[in-house]
Amino acid sequence: MGSIVSRLLSRLLREEEIEDIEEIKKETGFSHRKITRLYRRFTSLDKGGNGTLSRDDFHRIPELAINPLGDIITNGFFPEGEDQVNFRGFVRTLAHFRPIDQDNEKNKNPSATEPLNSRTNKLLFAFRLYDLDRDGKISRDELLQVLRMIVGVNLICSTKTPKGGI
Amino acid sequence: MAASWGFTLFLCVLLMVCRGLSLAGEDPDQTLSSSGQVKALNPEIDNALSSNHGTTGEGGHAVEPITTLPIVSWKWHHVTTPYLVALWILVSWLCKLVIEANHHVTSVIPESALLICFGFILGGMIWAADKVQTFRLTPTVFFFYLLPQVILDAGYHMPNKLFFTNLGGILVHAVIGTCWNAASLGLSLWGCQMGGAMGDLDIGLLQYLLFGSLMAAVDPVAVIAVFEQVHVNDVLFIMVFGESLLNDGVTVVLFNVFDAFVSLGGPKIDAAEIIKGIVSFFVVAFGGSLVGLVFGLLISLLTRCTKNIQIIEPGFIFVLGYLSYLTAEMLSLSAILSIVFCGMCCQKYINANMDENSVQTVRYAMKAFANGSETIIFVFLGISAIDKVIWVWNTGFILLTLLFVLVYRFIGVFFLTWILNRYRLVPLEFVDQVIMSYGGLRGAVAYGLAVMLDENKIKEKNLMVCTTLIVVYFTVILQGITMKPLVMWLKVKRAAVTEVSLLEKLTNKMFNHTLVAIEDISGQIGHNYMRSKWKYFEENWMSWILMKPSARKKQDQVFDVFHQLNLKDAMEYVTEGERRGSLEFVRNENSIIDFKKKSESESFDINNANMSNDHGAMSTTSRDPIPSVSLEMHEQIMKAVREAEAINAHHLLDQHLYKSRKQHRHRFSRSHFDINRDEKEVQEIFQRTMRNRLKSFTSAKMGVKPPKTIVKHTQKEQQQKMPNGKSMDKAKTSYSGDEGLISFVHPAGIENPAFMPDLDPMDLLQIPPWLGESELDSSMVALSHRAQVDLPRTPSNLRRLAPLRISTRSTDSFTLENIPDTQQMDSDQLQPPPPPPRPPRDDGYV
Repeated sequence: MGSIVSRLLSRLLREEEIEDIEEIKKETGFSHRKITRLYRRFTSLDKGGNGTLSRDDFHRIPELAINPLGDIITNGFFPEGEDQVNFRGFVRTLAHFRPIDQDNEKNKNPSATEPLNSRTNKLLFAFRLYDLDRDGKISRDELLQVLRMIVGVNLICSTKTPKGGI
Repeated sequence: MAASWGFTLFLCVLLMVCRGLSLAGEDPDQTLSSSGQVKALNPEIDNALSSNHGTTGEGGHAVEPITTLPIVSWKWHHVTTPYLVALWILVSWLCKLVIEANHHVTSVIPESALLICFGFILGGMIWAADKVQTFRLTPTVFFFYLLPQVILDAGYHMPNKLFFTNLGGILVHAVIGTCWNAASLGLSLWGCQMGGAMGDLDIGLLQYLLFGSLMAAVDPVAVIAVFEQVHVNDVLFIMVFGESLLNDGVTVVLFNVFDAFVSLGGPKIDAAEIIKGIVSFFVVAFGGSLVGLVFGLLISLLTRCTKNIQIIEPGFIFVLGYLSYLTAEMLSLSAILSIVFCGMCCQKYINANMDENSVQTVRYAMKAFANGSETIIFVFLGISAIDKVIWVWNTGFILLTLLFVLVYRFIGVFFLTWILNRYRLVPLEFVDQVIMSYGGLRGAVAYGLAVMLDENKIKEKNLMVCTTLIVVYFTVILQGITMKPLVMWLKVKRAAVTEVSLLEKLTNKMFNHTLVAIEDISGQIGHNYMRSKWKYFEENWMSWILMKPSARKKQDQVFDVFHQLNLKDAMEYVTEGERRGSLEFVRNENSIIDFKKKSESESFDINNANMSNDHGAMSTTSRDPIPSVSLEMHEQIMKAVREAEAINAHHLLDQHLYKSRKQHRHRFSRSHFDINRDEKEVQEIFQRTMRNRLKSFTSAKMGVKPPKTIVKHTQKEQQQKMPNGKSMDKAKTSYSGDEGLISFVHPAGIENPAFMPDLDPMDLLQIPPWLGESELDSSMVALSHRAQVDLPRTPSNLRRLAPLRISTRSTDSFTLENIPDTQQMDSDQLQPPPPPPRPPRDDGYV
């Protein structure tokens, strides 16, 4: 990060601290202000200060501990096999949750890559949440597994008995 | 119901007796209604009464010379004032008792409406006995003795985070909305008078504006009372509630300004006066808040030193809160704002500083006072209506006021929300806006202000008082009754037309949880920068000054939540034990029956789930039978489930799906203490999450980990279930990297495994911070195999539980709970549990 002066300057401008901010903007569609705010959040979560988040950093968020899907969501941030997520990955995952751009939907250009917050990509993200072992398919057990996670203790789920209606 | 009629009869008799007594004694009217009053009450009443009784006011103590020694004597005059006060409090609370006896009625008609009706009845009785209304809600009594505790309760229990997150919206509605209401109402009425719709009235424009300003304020007391019936979400509630509290600043200013203008007269008002008016708004509002803040800090500082007088520690809150109210009133600042901010400012620190018992005392006492005051307010609002002297009827005026109040509220809210939604991350929906508009209830504050008008300056004071009363009755009674059906109708209308399938429900629920999680990950909505700066300032400076050192250490939020959950568990555990006669749990043969009952119950609406029912049902079904019985019960239960229709499955899931944060009710309630979260749900989720993390943690370490960590972590875990060997984990082996760890046992003995998602074990080498630094003040209790299955929720700080060793059968990581004491971190006790030879990708179960 260079010298103290540039640090101070960048603290004012908050731009040099975020590398490739233009690329992130194009990829995710977030505005400049939002990216800055997310970067602040990222750094406040990143206790180790090394520019990446580990699973522990997510575990430190207290509200996630009382969210039944907290751990699954946390996993959604980490790409296959890795346990550190950098800022780009962080923002990329969060970009899935942006509201759908209405004009993009109308634009049926099949060759252009869809933005991260398109319907398809949102569905893909949700699919990955269900698909715990990342094999590209949701098995019955995975579905039951998620069901169990968001249902109270008193409910019996048995793999033997098919539940009617699902 | 017979009992309640008996009560009513008793009340009538009591009142008759009192009337008779007061007729004989000195003038009671003076004591209740005119003591220390600022503006004179209707002078005709005073004259009438004094001429009626013929006695002079005071001096009942003048006794004629006695002729013989009296053994007992009748000293009514001695005790008149306190007696009547106490009697009226008793009567009001008895009314509430009668009302609450029947829940069917209170679910349709809000309690406040019923109380007003009771007030009508009581007022009628008094009037019939006396021909004049001797008791009424006077401004002094209301503003000095009845209102402060209600507002203090509101401030003390205010969810600060939610409040400050939505502060922008609240302020916009409170300030701009109230000004708009006042101006539009006043001007429209004046316009109508000019147009001749109201006949011949002697009210000038300024007086109309004055009337508008006192009518504009949404009343916090009424809002809470009605919103208890209607389950609205957090944001909506805090918007309306916050607005009702903060608009007092505006109301006071407007009222005083226009009052002064009316006194000055029209010609003297020039630009300077108007500018002064605007300046006075800022002074009053900010000054009031500042006074409140100062007192809040005072309280916090005080509680820091009151360790030796824990008995009267709670009293300080009330006294200082009341003083903050009076101080602001003395300085002609906004008293309500002062006491609100006092409560809001001190809540965190006094909860941290004071002893647990004192905190409970404060909470309960505050609720009792607030609830009691509210009851009295509504009853007297009803009584005050039955008074022939004040009634002046002007159809046009009254009807037009009603109409304008409603219409302008709607317009104001919709317009302001439209503006706000452009800056909000989560916009307020249409239904919410309708509820906000419809929930703008007027209440006793408006009435109090109306009675305080000077009839020398305002000739038509009686008309205004009557109109205010009618508006109050209309909003509280009619809008209160119709609020709930309106909400139901709107929500049902907007719900999906087609029947939602189970899978859709599940997925919706899942998405809700996901969204909440993402919200939490991405930080709070709003100005995070300010919040983090404030947090920094608060943690390093204010906590340092205002909190006891020992309290500061406990500030870890996660630990705090768990501490509360532990306490809840402990209390429940003990009450369960007491209920069953002993602390030794026996097999619960009733568990299947309860389960069946649950599956057949018909509640559709999650939001209407009765929390207490949940608690009761859950606690009975949480009784674990010992393993040998579980098999049969499992079969029976399976049969029951299979027999149930798909609809029942829907119901079941409906009831059991964890509510996401968006569905939780608002956090403030006049009469209930913990209504926002199903504590068991939160507890379950938390424990399960922690267990999962711990399992992956320990599996990674495989015995390399220092025992310290294990101890501290599992101290918080109470729900340690033993696997009973009948695992259904055959499917688990297909998952790679999966420990297949059992996370909890179903009450009927079936395991309900929660798989661990892919976690790289090496990641979890770091000790999560809340594990590392939390101090433990309760010892672990090791549970035997049987005990674990029997007692699903074993609080760790109950030493009476037999500190048994864990049986040697348990060779998995569940044996982590066999640490009896944090001090003795016996490493040898821990070595068996994470057995080194056990490979990580093993037989999925333990």
